[in-house]
Amino acid sequence: MAAPAIAHPAFGDVLRATLAKDLRLEWRSKEAINSMLFFALLVVVIFSFAFDLTAEESRRIAGGLMWVALLFAAVVALNQTWARELRNQALDAYRISPAPPEALFLAKTIGNFIFVILLEALMAPLFVIFYNLRSVGPPYQLALAFVLGTWALVSNGTFFAAMSIRTRSREVMLPLLLFPISIPALLAMVSATSTVLTGEGDAHLSLVFLAVYDVVFTIVGLFLFETVLHAE
Amino acid sequence: MKSFVIFALITLALLTFGLYQALVAAPTEATMGDVQRIFYYHLPSAIIAFLCFFANFGASVYYLAKRCPKSDAVAVATAEVGIVFCTVVLITGPLWARPVWGIWWTWDARLTSTLVLWLIYVSYLLLRRYSAAGQNPVLCAVLAIFGAVDVVFVYMSIRWFRTQHPAPVFGGGENSGIDPRMAHAVYWNLLAFSAMALLVIWLRYRLERLRQQVDEAHATRAIAGGSR
Amino acid sequence: MNWVYVAYAAAWAIHIVYFITLTRGYQRVRRDIEDLNRQ
Repeated sequence: MAAPAIAHPAFGDVLRATLAKDLRLEWRSKEAINSMLFFALLVVVIFSFAFDLTAEESRRIAGGLMWVALLFAAVVALNQTWARELRNQALDAYRISPAPPEALFLAKTIGNFIFVILLEALMAPLFVIFYNLRSVGPPYQLALAFVLGTWALVSNGTFFAAMSIRTRSREVMLPLLLFPISIPALLAMVSATSTVLTGEGDAHLSLVFLAVYDVVFTIVGLFLFETVLHAE
Repeated sequence: MKSFVIFALITLALLTFGLYQALVAAPTEATMGDVQRIFYYHLPSAIIAFLCFFANFGASVYYLAKRCPKSDAVAVATAEVGIVFCTVVLITGPLWARPVWGIWWTWDARLTSTLVLWLIYVSYLLLRRYSAAGQNPVLCAVLAIFGAVDVVFVYMSIRWFRTQHPAPVFGGGENSGIDPRMAHAVYWNLLAFSAMALLVIWLRYRLERLRQQVDEAHATRAIAGGSR
Repeated sequence: MNWVYVAYAAAWAIHIVYFITLTRGYQRVRRDIEDLNRQ
């Protein structure tokens, strides 16, 4: 009796299908976006009450504040996207299926990336207003800082979320793992953002650094995701 | 067992000699005074901590490749001992900095990298404690790899992006024209603490192996009991 | 010189605490092994 042929789904197809599913689910429920938005807003407001800043000061620390707010908001979103998989036992289905696990990882990361970028687009006007910001340096660098920085947070975040999803106290585990690892990216992000906002110095180094960080950690994540998925 | 006791005694002797070297034999430093002697514990501890974490990285990679429980035991042991020595570094550092430079802490590249390394490995231990028994070693090994890659980035990022806090200059005492008796104090303490580190790592390794065997015994009993 | 003594004492305190943790670990494992052998 011949063994049944297992169709190995193509990488691109799995990627597209998973991504489309996540985006559709999120669009219908909006649970991640709502909680992210609320969290980020909360952080912004609390910080503005906690610190009494001059215009000069606020422009200098706005970069840092923004990324702190995003970090917390992203953690909220990340916990949710994997929790959804866990709830429907989709994770077990992924493990058994012959679909390449890297496609799953990439799809989740891209999905989360889109959510967080959306959040940034919503938050940015608020920051501009609250802290009287304007881009003194070239604005394309600001955009680049956001894209690269968000990817750094999201790719590592998605990976560690997958790791912590089956641990006890998983909501705490994710930030615990993510934050120390993200510190270099955080430094670079804040440096680039502040440089462009205050116009002092050149953001070139930070952006290249972020790009290298992104490439290295995405590769490491892709390489090790299958191991994590099948860890039992 | 006998060789262990002999090694332990030698280590004890080395540590005592190292203490003598640090407190008595080494001359008092010109600019900083006696406080500088903290250095003789601070630097060796830093070197050993980094070596431990390096060993942890090696053991983790080997574990992922071969899934050998011995290498997992090595990984845990080196991680814990590394954290112990790293803690010593982070405590002796400020205790040295305060009387000499007037500040407990500064966010320069070296100190901050050490702190981040400490944080990463503490999260490693927490992951160890909070993940389910089966996945434990694999997840931790993966985290160790992320951590090791990250440390490189951490050091560079703090050098380049933290401009407010330049590293305190160690004057003439550290590298330039160091008094040979000071170098001796460093070397002897490095040797002594390395021996101690090996001892403790071996003890922790043995403990982990025992625990592994106990867990395995429990598992086989559970399976055998279930099939009744 | 006081700072030196405090620093050295702190270093040793840390090592001793870890050593005690190890001893406790060994005690617990020995107990587990005894329990297993008894069953």
